[in-house]
Amino acid sequence: MDRPPNPQNTGVSTGTTILAVKFNGGVIIGSDSRASIGGSYVSNKMINKLIQVHDKIFCCIAGSLADAQAVTKMAKFQLSFHSIQMEAPPLVKAAASVLKELCYNNREELQAGFITAGWDRKRGPQVYTVSMGGMLISQPFTIGGSGSTFIYGYADAKFKPDMSREECLQFTTNALTLAIGRDNVSGGVVHMVVITEDGVEHVVVPGDKLPKFHDE
Amino acid sequence: MLKCFTDNRFNTHGQRLTVHFDSPNLYGAVPEVSPAKGDPSSAHRPINTTTIMAVEFDGGVVIGADSRTTTGAYIANRVTDKLTKVHERIFCCRSGSAADTQAIAEAVSYQLGFHSIELDEPPLVQTAANLFKQMCYRYREELMAGIIVAGWDKRKGGQVYTVPMGGMLVRQPVSVGGSGSSYIYGFIDSNYKTGMTKEECLRFTADALALAMERDGSSGGVVRLAAITEAGLERSVILGNQLPSFSA
Repeated sequence: MDRPPNPQNTGVSTGTTILAVKFNGGVIIGSDSRASIGGSYVSNKMINKLIQVHDKIFCCIAGSLADAQAVTKMAKFQLSFHSIQMEAPPLVKAAASVLKELCYNNREELQAGFITAGWDRKRGPQVYTVSMGGMLISQPFTIGGSGSTFIYGYADAKFKPDMSREECLQFTTNALTLAIGRDNVSGGVVHMVVITEDGVEHVVVPGDKLPKFHDE
Repeated sequence: MLKCFTDNRFNTHGQRLTVHFDSPNLYGAVPEVSPAKGDPSSAHRPINTTTIMAVEFDGGVVIGADSRTTTGAYIANRVTDKLTKVHERIFCCRSGSAADTQAIAEAVSYQLGFHSIELDEPPLVQTAANLFKQMCYRYREELMAGIIVAGWDKRKGGQVYTVPMGGMLVRQPVSVGGSGSSYIYGFIDSNYKTGMTKEECLRFTADALALAMERDGSSGGVVRLAAITEAGLERSVILGNQLPSFSA
């Protein structure tokens, strides 16, 4: 499996696994916690890839860490300015659009894609993907990063619309654990943020508390 | 021991192709001079970038594959049979270059047949797997072949051996291969349990292959399944419109 033409190989992918899932009443956005250099050195075992761009809007990054930090910093500023002007919290779609504009207008230089998830009063819980070239689409759930290839089958099979909060937490934890199990550049703990109308809750599942599957 | 013949035919470049089974120039695959870079004909050999899978259960094995063979973006065969018999109770699932894997399977099938006659009993799955490995390892630079060998024998029952590109050999209770396999590792890890029955294995294999075919552009068509036990072989096909479907 290391030599045939790989149609998946469209660009540089950070060693990571990220996902966001809509459930009944909110969204969960989750990631692993490993940052690696060249696939052979783990530079950070406990990095938080879930970045808060506004009170109830988070995004997580796939791609170059440097690009992602620059873009999210810019997006955070633009969103807070926008929300002051509008005198209302920004829409999740607005946050995703801001990221999309930055990614698309600088698509030649940048190598970062984003998953944006959050809750707003107009449309409730939403998940948006901004791909590396600057495409923006809304989906019920989405996965990204190098580890995501291994869980497409699992996610397709197990996702159901309108899950409860506990079912969704279980789904996210399982999916990230399976991806960490197969992708050598994803690892560490599982970070999850649960965003609902009532607020934001950060859940961390340490490595030894992750679910175990048959071969462990 | 290997068959050896000369086939005096010419390829599209007007070069003489000399074909021996015991030489690196496998049947129909490699001309004696590599074509110029950018030559369109060099990029489009038929390949089975595919999804193949095999699962052991108590009493036999279940094997499965999709049915797509592509040459570039064209689907050369949408009903391919990638489950190839090498002996009565031993099959292989082929992925990679269609020509390479067909040639290897033919050669191993011949060797196994001969060996079985010498032994005067059916060959072991481990023997078949080792023959595949020897060929894949010896010619690793020339070949593009990922093979899963699975079958039943009297000594160890149902067994699955994987011989990926490069020529490693390892026995596993569940093995997947081909380009579509990346997408179903998570599903396989979470859904496989030891002690499954034949029917559970068939359903597990069909589900996994359907999920892979949905996500991998190079896998598709129908799902071909086979169950190999002491009693014999049962082949089945799941057509496109009968494939298990998932909500996403």
